[in-house]
Amino acid sequence: MKKLLTRLLGVALAIGMCLGAVSCSNTSDKTENNGSDGSFKVGAIYINSQNDTSGYTFAHHNGITKAMDSLGMSTKDDLFIVDNVPEDDEKVKAAIDTLAGKGCNIIFGISFGYINAFDEAAKEYPDIIFSHATGYLSNDTNFNNYFGRIYQARYLAGIAAGYKSVELGNNNVGYVSAWGTEYAETCSGINAFTLGVQSVNPDATVHVYELQTWGDNEKERQAAQILIDTYDCCVIAQHCDSAQPQLVAAEKGVFGCGYNSDMSVDAPDAHLTAPVWNWNVYYQLAIETAKNTPADFMSKVGNYYGGLSEGFVDISPLSDKVPAAASTAIDTAREYMVNGKWDVFSGVALTFDANGACTSEDKALKTNDGQEIVAAGGASVDDGVITGSMNYFVEGVVQEQ
Amino acid sequence: MPDSVNTLDIITQFLFYLVVYSIPLLYGTCGEITIEKSGSLNLGVEGTMAIGAIFGYLAGCAADNLFAGVIVAFVTAALTGAVFALFTVTFQANQNVTGLTITTFGVALYYFMGNALGEKWPVFVNSKKLVGSLESINIPGLSKIPVIGKAFFSHNILVYLGILMAVLLWVYFEKTRQGMRVRAIGENPGAADSLGIKVNLNKYLHIMLGSGIMGIGGLYMGFNMSGTFEGSNCWINGYGWIAIALVIFANWNPAKAILGTFVFGFFKTLAVYYGTLAGSFPNALGWLGKIPSHFFAALPFIITLVILIADSVRKNKHSNEPAAIGINYYREDR
Repeated sequence: MKKLLTRLLGVALAIGMCLGAVSCSNTSDKTENNGSDGSFKVGAIYINSQNDTSGYTFAHHNGITKAMDSLGMSTKDDLFIVDNVPEDDEKVKAAIDTLAGKGCNIIFGISFGYINAFDEAAKEYPDIIFSHATGYLSNDTNFNNYFGRIYQARYLAGIAAGYKSVELGNNNVGYVSAWGTEYAETCSGINAFTLGVQSVNPDATVHVYELQTWGDNEKERQAAQILIDTYDCCVIAQHCDSAQPQLVAAEKGVFGCGYNSDMSVDAPDAHLTAPVWNWNVYYQLAIETAKNTPADFMSKVGNYYGGLSEGFVDISPLSDKVPAAASTAIDTAREYMVNGKWDVFSGVALTFDANGACTSEDKALKTNDGQEIVAAGGASVDDGVITGSMNYFVEGVVQEQ
Repeated sequence: MPDSVNTLDIITQFLFYLVVYSIPLLYGTCGEITIEKSGSLNLGVEGTMAIGAIFGYLAGCAADNLFAGVIVAFVTAALTGAVFALFTVTFQANQNVTGLTITTFGVALYYFMGNALGEKWPVFVNSKKLVGSLESINIPGLSKIPVIGKAFFSHNILVYLGILMAVLLWVYFEKTRQGMRVRAIGENPGAADSLGIKVNLNKYLHIMLGSGIMGIGGLYMGFNMSGTFEGSNCWINGYGWIAIALVIFANWNPAKAILGTFVFGFFKTLAVYYGTLAGSFPNALGWLGKIPSHFFAALPFIITLVILIADSVRKNKHSNEPAAIGINYYREDR
């Protein structure tokens, strides 16, 4: 009897462990075709689950599958994914080895912390192209990085928020951000959004709550609650993964600008618009080039930094909660940026009136402690976003935590 | 800092959210105390809460009824407890390993269910009646008290239920004959058995009762996150483990668990509010803003560690730890 019980227990434990393991790391089970048919294979390493229905990993996964679909490739047979890979060199290395073993010709890594493992792997596997999002390392043959001017889209979202704040007669706008001035990515987003808000409502203040983490749903939620309860914010923008800030905005009867995906799905009563990435624009370019002319990958694609003009970033469709004039104003600002006539971080400020008509004037770009960054009429410092030297907040930003 | 904001409001907000975010710990802690009082150590709190949360949420949304959600959360979690009891009480399996398996299994089941449902995942706000049942209830009179009225006496029904549950458990274990019998099992099952107390039956019942209570806590956490499922972020988020530590802080006393959860909740809330407090009270609390945020993030866990160390130092004298905890009772081994 005791033997039987021990055995039963053993089986139960094993089942439990298996289920646990399945949820932890999920290599797509397409192991039958291991590259022997010679077709082009794409590998991808995700920080979260490929089954996410919103957020950062979802946006990338969507982009890769969309790009492969339009290139006529099979995402079922030619796409290999290792997901839930933490930013740990050894684990990333193991994921790369798995994908290399499956015969992938190009491997995408979507999280910043994969950078060292990708750098090493590019040397170890010279025949595979490594493409790393948000990083800064690259080489001349098979390793690039890619990112984009999402700050341009944030400026547009800022215009929508600005019109809403004027409509509501409330000058307090909130912003839940993963980080603050530590990263040019978050810092430029806050600055661009603020400049967008102020182009419509010059009296507005953007209250920033810095989470100091890239992913903590509960804290994202609490930050939005504080911004609304304590600082009376009427629009909540966000630079974090989950839709929690938008849900809180909806519960408290205020409005919000999401991020990464059209969060109108999550918070239909609150959502105005969200800066979104069209990752498929890059993925299509990268996969197509890697497939047809792999030797020229670095000269044709190289380190990629697309913006509105490439269609790489944009905002999701304006919801019916956005005042009508915003649409005209946003179209004007977008056109300026697409044509390269104007950039957010320049010494020229755009101003939009109640009807959405645009005027531009030379105005110095200043930090919130009064330092001048760009003289009136000066050229844009958008380089600071790419090189990471942007580490200040502009006028109108107040960091609350 | 806008001038219009009354600084008293900030203290009210701070205390209000302190309660909102610590109540799940109270459910977890009291559930675990119930189990430990009967002599078992269940490390499966995290998994049990996850199972209660997901099934309770799905049932609550399907029926658009809070009561249905709570019942299903309780029952599914209690059944998880029954599995734990089956292995540890009947099969005499190692309690630690079984508990850990329950945690792994429960959290995995949470992800499995969410991923399997995908687009069909119910949207919280669409369950109007359910959302309505979770609105804050003002306790007449008390909620009018300045500052603390809104902070402590204007909450949703699950907050009050949690406090009531903790008090009832205290009465049960400290003041009733049946509660004393259960404590006897936790202290010395052999002696209890010889007095004619049904050891295994009582263990089963209390493991299931405790697990069920945890399940309601898990459901509460799901509601707290507006019921959104994310494939990489479990609602329970480590609270189950903290609950196990809080059992020691509470010294196996459900009433003290209320205090323990609020102390822990205080430091957790401080981690998100310190900047606001520093900005609102620059003279008294301005120094908070100078401390690196990572310190605040680590603080609840540092406090837990300090409590555990302090507890082990003063051991034996005042500890109410059931003597037979974690040891399987086998009648023939007596």
